Amino acid sequence: MLYAILCYHDEDTVGSWTKEQDAAVMKKLAVVQDRLTKQGRLGPVARLLPTTAATTLRKDDPPLVLDGPYAETKEQLLGFYIVDCNNLDEALDVARDLGAANPGGAYEIRPVGVLNPGSVKT
Amino acid sequence: MTDTAWIDAALTSARPQAVGALLRYFRNLDTAEEAFQNACLRALKSWPQNGPPRDPAAWLIMVGRNVAIDDIRRSRKQQPLPEDEAISDLDDAEDALAERLDGSHYRDDILRLLFICCHPDLPATQQIALALRIVSGLTVKQIARAFLVSEAAMEQRITRAKARVADADVPFETPGAIERTERLSAVAAMIYLIFNEGYSASGDTAEIRSPLCEEAIRLARLLLRLFQSEPEIMGLTALLLLQHARAAARFDGEGAFVLLDDQDRSLWNQKMIAEGLALIDKAMRHRRSGPYQIQAAIAALHARAAKPDETDWTQIDLLYGALEVMQPSPVVTLNRAVAVSKVRGPQAALEMIEPLAARLSNYFHFFGVRGAFLMQLGRNDEARVAFDRAIALANTSAEAAHIRMHLDRLMRDSQPRGSRISKK
Repeated sequence: MLYAILCYHDEDTVGSWTKEQDAAVMKKLAVVQDRLTKQGRLGPVARLLPTTAATTLRKDDPPLVLDGPYAETKEQLLGFYIVDCNNLDEALDVARDLGAANPGGAYEIRPVGVLNPGSVKT
Repeated sequence: MTDTAWIDAALTSARPQAVGALLRYFRNLDTAEEAFQNACLRALKSWPQNGPPRDPAAWLIMVGRNVAIDDIRRSRKQQPLPEDEAISDLDDAEDALAERLDGSHYRDDILRLLFICCHPDLPATQQIALALRIVSGLTVKQIARAFLVSEAAMEQRITRAKARVADADVPFETPGAIERTERLSAVAAMIYLIFNEGYSASGDTAEIRSPLCEEAIRLARLLLRLFQSEPEIMGLTALLLLQHARAAARFDGEGAFVLLDDQDRSLWNQKMIAEGLALIDKAMRHRRSGPYQIQAAIAALHARAAKPDETDWTQIDLLYGALEVMQPSPVVTLNRAVAVSKVRGPQAALEMIEPLAARLSNYFHFFGVRGAFLMQLGRNDEARVAFDRAIALANTSAEAAHIRMHLDRLMRDSQPRGSRISKK
């Protein structure tokens, strides 16, 4: 089963990290990611730009374009991982490892219904 | 990241909102700052044990308020003041705070805090220093370092600025729409000044001054989160990001300034560029143009060009033309002339800047640009005169070194061919 691990964190706090702090967190996260990659379990990973860069399209008739993220909350969706796990416990283990590397905030673990790997080149 | 580092980041990010709310509550900058400081000390004790609170800013406001009120109570007990008067004062204030915790006011709290720092009586350098101290929470030492002045001098500058804003009487009522817009544009201008302090550094100081650019970007993002639909704030944030994205390429190994055309574009920060481009896209949708958006759009055209000769100079010329209408200034015309020189050649560009000579007679860049146009036209003697003047007016050693490079090239080119061959 594929699981999406959705990363929520206080955006102000993450934005207040110094370059060095940010790099240190990314380095620790990379260790977890490398392990999953070697196991052939890591799908797409995304770190989203700040919500100030976000635009929301309300699917009204006609659709309404709004500046900003979907929800005005303290903790925002800042990124996600797709990980292959046998069950929820395994997915929680991965989330715990990621959480140890990057404390604070929360992860939402969501089983994936359909994943289209897509064709974008990065 | 260690626990304490996380707490530091949380305290830094909560600071504008917490100090802003405490300021509205106590209506005195020093009291608000001290209350916040005390709350931070308690956070450092309590958070490692109990874990971070769900809303650090609310926690700090609550604790800061309580500590300060305790202090006020204690000092009032020592004075012959009627106790019940003190209590009724506090009750009113308590209501005001409850209101804040609903989140309805925090936008204006932060804006007010920033706005207080850009009081028109304060010279720009004091505005910036005050904002960095009060809003960003940088230490006097850090600010002094970034401004390249002694700690004592910076301490004095900030103290003087604080005294002046204390007398200034900034209204604490929720601002009306017009007033809010005025505050917003004053604050945007101040954030731009903070950025320029860091951006105008020369090669040997760029390293220690670049935190000013990063802080300006953080404040711009903060302002944009408060005013999500303001195209000019999107433009400002985009502009800062797109300019700062080039930071690593702007100076060479010796600290000499590298012109845009000569920069190694692989050193440009693509993540910052992506964010800047996203923001300018968002801003353009509103069809309410403004100076920050136009400048950001110009920076975006540079950022989009993978190679210098892919730069859309025609579009840049048009954008500078629009900026000239909006914000007439000889410096804007001078910048436009550079675009014109690429589109229509150096002669047209030179004609464009000649009328500026009187107003820019003490402006380094005027003579640098004029010299470059003259050189392109092969008028080397006149170019040399312009470059000499530029060196005399240079603000930094990097600027002077850059012009000297042009002069050296002129020297080489003007030597008769024979003399070079004869060296063989």
